[in-house]
This record gives sequence, structure tokens and C-alpha cells, in this order.
Amino acid sequence: MKLLNILISAFRALQRNKMRSFLTMLGIIIGVAAVIAMLAIGQGAQYSVEQQISSLGTNVLIVFPGSQNTGGIRGGAGTTTTLTEDDCIAIQRECPAVGLLSPGTRAGGQIIAGNMNWATGIEGTGADYLEIRKWGIEYGDFYTDADIKAAAKVCVLGQTVANALFPDGSPVGQTVRIRNVPCKVVGVLTKKGQNAMGQDQDDVVLAPWTTVKRRLTWFPYLRQILVSATSPSNIPVAQAQITELLRMRHKIPPYEPDDFTIRNQADLANAATATTQILTILLASIASVSLLVGGIGIMNIMLVSVTERTREIGIRMSVGARSRDILTQFLIEALVLSLLGGITGIILGVSGSGAISSLAKWPTIITFFSILLSFGFSIAIGIFFGFYPARKAAMLNPIDALRYE
Amino acid sequence: MTGVQNPYPPAGSDGLLIKIDHLAKTYMLGEVEVHALRGVSVGVRKGEFVAIMGASGSGKSTFMNILGCLDKPTKGTYILDGIDVSHLTRDELARIRNHKLGFVFQGFNLLSRTSAIENVELPLLYGDSSMKDREERAVRALNMVGLGDRVHHYPNQLSGGQQQRVAIARALVNDPSIVLADEPTGNLDSRTSVEVMGIFQELNEKGITVILVTHEPDIAQFAKRHIIFRDGRIKSDRLNSAPKLAAEVIDELPAVDEEEPA
Repeated sequence: MKLLNILISAFRALQRNKMRSFLTMLGIIIGVAAVIAMLAIGQGAQYSVEQQISSLGTNVLIVFPGSQNTGGIRGGAGTTTTLTEDDCIAIQRECPAVGLLSPGTRAGGQIIAGNMNWATGIEGTGADYLEIRKWGIEYGDFYTDADIKAAAKVCVLGQTVANALFPDGSPVGQTVRIRNVPCKVVGVLTKKGQNAMGQDQDDVVLAPWTTVKRRLTWFPYLRQILVSATSPSNIPVAQAQITELLRMRHKIPPYEPDDFTIRNQADLANAATATTQILTILLASIASVSLLVGGIGIMNIMLVSVTERTREIGIRMSVGARSRDILTQFLIEALVLSLLGGITGIILGVSGSGAISSLAKWPTIITFFSILLSFGFSIAIGIFFGFYPARKAAMLNPIDALRYE
Repeated sequence: MTGVQNPYPPAGSDGLLIKIDHLAKTYMLGEVEVHALRGVSVGVRKGEFVAIMGASGSGKSTFMNILGCLDKPTKGTYILDGIDVSHLTRDELARIRNHKLGFVFQGFNLLSRTSAIENVELPLLYGDSSMKDREERAVRALNMVGLGDRVHHYPNQLSGGQQQRVAIARALVNDPSIVLADEPTGNLDSRTSVEVMGIFQELNEKGITVILVTHEPDIAQFAKRHIIFRDGRIKSDRLNSAPKLAAEVIDELPAVDEEEPA
């Protein structure tokens, strides 16, 4: 029997039981649509996380002081007091893979402006901080190298802080008191939104690191050094150069652990991406269960169909159908069911994901891969779950089949 | 089918279309052996019209199944049109059924919700004819049984007699060597039965070999040869010197319009 003939008779057979065929397909439709939508949501989440991470600046390396070890009692990350301004100068001078550098220190405290106040973190930075972080100024200016040298009493507000302290007017040119140190607001940062961990990146005040060090914390060492590599591919090079330099400067003998930690955005990005990937796989596997149930539905209906059409099988065999012809016929019927269901499911899944995007403002991404995957899955389900009933039909004895009531 | 001039042309080496030698069939019903056929030898020439009779359990149905290549004998040989089909595989038997045999059943066995022409085309789907060829041959077969005007009717739009004629057309469409009819009039009233027998007689006139299983002596009277089975053996095998002619019988029956369901 030619394939075209088999296809035609498969369509006819399914047409004879439209409602049943549709209900059988529904299992596959829902399964495939769910897989597509879940993958779209998962990949959308992955994309937005990647976006947020790259918004931190892509070639960024952060050098943290390491753990202090006093007689075997280890103090945890950041407890050593080893990073100094001289380290910064040395890195800038001796590490060719390093582009920009911003020393960092930190203070917390209440900020008061007129009768308003707000508690937030104060980041002491260098003048290149914004460029490294790929951040911008909305109003006003950023402080300059001169401000940093002079430990000038200036600051730049994040949008959240600006809105909290100056709900009505522009903060630029106003004076705020940071822990009783009056500072002139020279600028307001652009909105950056949440970071990958959900923290509000705009709830911050930036000030020259020298100002924070000398006027707020009196802590003589640096909390971190923010460094940008000259290119993304130079990140490992920069990391190696900094490690070598700092080990030498800190006089760490070979085989002793570093007294500092260098983290780069790629590591952070990888961790976050891995998390969302797990999420995607989880969502897709839950959806696959419904696809599996749909497949069992196909098997069920095909088994009923074989029993119901035993006589038809007998007739076909009596006029010369071979076992192979019967097998192919029922396999193709199952395949047509699952394929039609699969295609409908893909359409439904794609439009459903679009609806989720526009209604729930949730980013969804439909990849060619996820469509191919669901399509392949539905073919596999048709063959897998169609084979047993088809084989059962093909193995029937023509005499018994003809006599079947 | 040029047998009109010579009703008994040689088919096998000895002129037999069907040559059956010491055919036996034993079934296992659980632990019990059932001897359905206990050594049957018979020959049929091309162009014959044979009625096979016998009580139920006589082995006639088993014999018919083997004759129709739907079943294999346990012992003995069956040579059909020069081919020994006793030991063929399932698929080879399917091919023989497709090329050499046409079946007509008691219950018509048409595919429901499938038009007359598609039912008739069914055997051709398992051959290698083109779509156009299939349609031509199916229409020709339907014309032969007088249903040229009901080509696109569905079985539920046809009377029992018409359905059986569709089945006969299906049996004919592949130009088979033999038409096997298993109680073809069992579900029909007497007038329609005679009409259907008339069609078999017409086909036989054209040289087609017809083998008919029936338990009704009236129906057997239309055949030219009677083979009677009993207890798995042939009890008698004789020629019917004066077969009844359906065309004459029908004139004697009271005229009743054929029932046509809406």
C-alpha cells in the first residue's frame, strides 16, 4: 500500500470519529502547548537575569579582601585589612589587562535633607565607577578626580534616595547631611532597577571613596577594588595579573592561600544562569508529564479503535492487506493524531506565551529549539504509544477478525 | 476471462484450477484436538460453479478458510492456479488473496461510512494500481453487478441486496481466479437471494469460477456441482445436471419492490 493511500485512509478514519479524534489530540495539544509555554517562560526569565547581570558591567572584576586568620580563628570574607590605596595604584600601573579601576569603601547611615530622612548605604567610589558599572547620570554631574583627591563633601544620589528625600524638587545643588556630614548633591543617577538578587540598586548614595574613608568611617583600608578588564576575553588575564601582583605585594609565600578574593561578573552570571536553567528544566519536565499523559491517551484510544475496527481489519486482510500494511495504517493514524495535536499545541503554546508576555508583563522567549523539541516529542509519542495498538491490529488472525462481533 | 467459449480450460499441469490432496486441519481447543478436516481431496476446474454444503461442524467453513488462503492446512497440499499455497507465509498468502481470490461474506462486510466505490477499490489499494486505474476498475465492477448508478452511496443508504452486490463488485475488482462466497444469501430475503444468485450465475457464464458455501438446498440448486461435507470428509461430490436459472425463478416469485431505506 502506498504511503499516500495510507495517509488518506488514516485521515478518513480519524474524520469518521471527529469528536473522539479531537479529544485524543487535546491531550497532546495541552502537553505541547504547556511545554512550549513553560520553556518560553523559563527562557524569558533566563534572558532577563542575563540582562540584569550584564547591566552590572560585563568585564568587571571585584577584588575583595580575604579572610583574616589569627591563630587558626578565621574571620570570614572581608575581615583582612590588606587592600590599600597603594594596591590600587600598583594594579593600575602594572596590570596591562586592567582598564579602569575604582577603589571602594562603604558606610551605612541616616541621610537627612530638610525635614526628610532616609537610611541607606553610602558607597565610596572612584571617579571611574560609573563607567565601569555602565551607569549614567540623570541630572547634574558626577564627582571628579579633584573631588576625590580633596575628599570633597559631595555626593550623588540614586533614584530611590532622590525620590525619598526630595519628592517635589530637584536635589541637585541641595545639601544633605550624611551622618551629620553636610554634603552637596552634585547629581542623580539614572534608574538601574533591581539586580539579579532582587536588591534595589537605586537605593544608594555614591560619594568619593576618600570622603567616606576620612569623614564617615575612618576605616583606613578598602572594602573592595572594582576593576574593568580591557575586554571581556581579557578577564582571566586581568585576574591572573592582579593575583600575581597582589600576592607579591602582600608577600604571600608560595602554597599559602591568597589573602584576597577576585570575583568576576562571568562567575556571577554563570551562577544565576544555572539557577534559571534549573527552573526552565523543572517547568519543562512538569509540562512533559502532561505530554506523556496525552500519549497514553493516544494509546488508549488506538487500542479501543483496534478492538472496535477488528472486523475492518479482517476485511482488509481478506482482500490482501499484509500485516505490515495494517501496522502502518494504525501507526500512521496514531502519528497523524499526535502530529496534528503537536502542531495545534505549538500554535497554542506560541500564542499563549505571547498572551502571558503582554498580559502579565513577563518576558517569554520562544526558541526554534523548543518548537523543534515539542514537535519531535509529539512524533516520538505517536510512534511509541501507537506501536503497541498497531502491532496488536497487525497480529490479528484474519478469520477471527472477520468473525468478530 | 476468455473462458466463455471453453468453460474448462486447463490451469495447472493437469487442467485443475484447484488441486487439493489429503488436506487435514487439526485445531487445539485447549487440551483437546479437534479434527476439522480429516483428509480431503478434490479438484476444481476453471469456470465451475460449486456449492459446498454440510451441517455446521461438518468442516465446510474450515475448508472454505483454507480455500480462501485465510488459514493453512495442518497436512496435505493445496495447489491454486499452479502455485502450492499450503506452506506460504502470512504475507505471501495475503498477496495470493489480493491477486487470485475474491470474497463475498454472509454479513456483506463492507466498511461502514465508506462509499460503495471506495469499498470496491479496497483490494486495489493493496496492489500497485494508480488512482485513476483504481477508479475505472471499481466503476466497471459496480456496473457488472448493476450498481453503476449508486457508486457514491454509503452502505447505510443501500438495501441488503445492494450491499451484497457492492461486496460482489469488490470481490471482482481484481479479476480473481476464484470468487468465494460464504453464505452470501444468509442475511437476505428469498427474492433478493435469488437476485444475488442470478449475479453469480451471470459471472459464471462469463467464465469466472464461483465456489459457494451454503446450507440452503434451494440456493445450492443454482450451482452446477454439489460437494457435501460431513465430519471433516467429503460425503458426496456430484454434478448438478439441471441447475435452476435465477432469471427464470425470479419471474415465478411474486413481485415485490426492493426495499430502499431512506
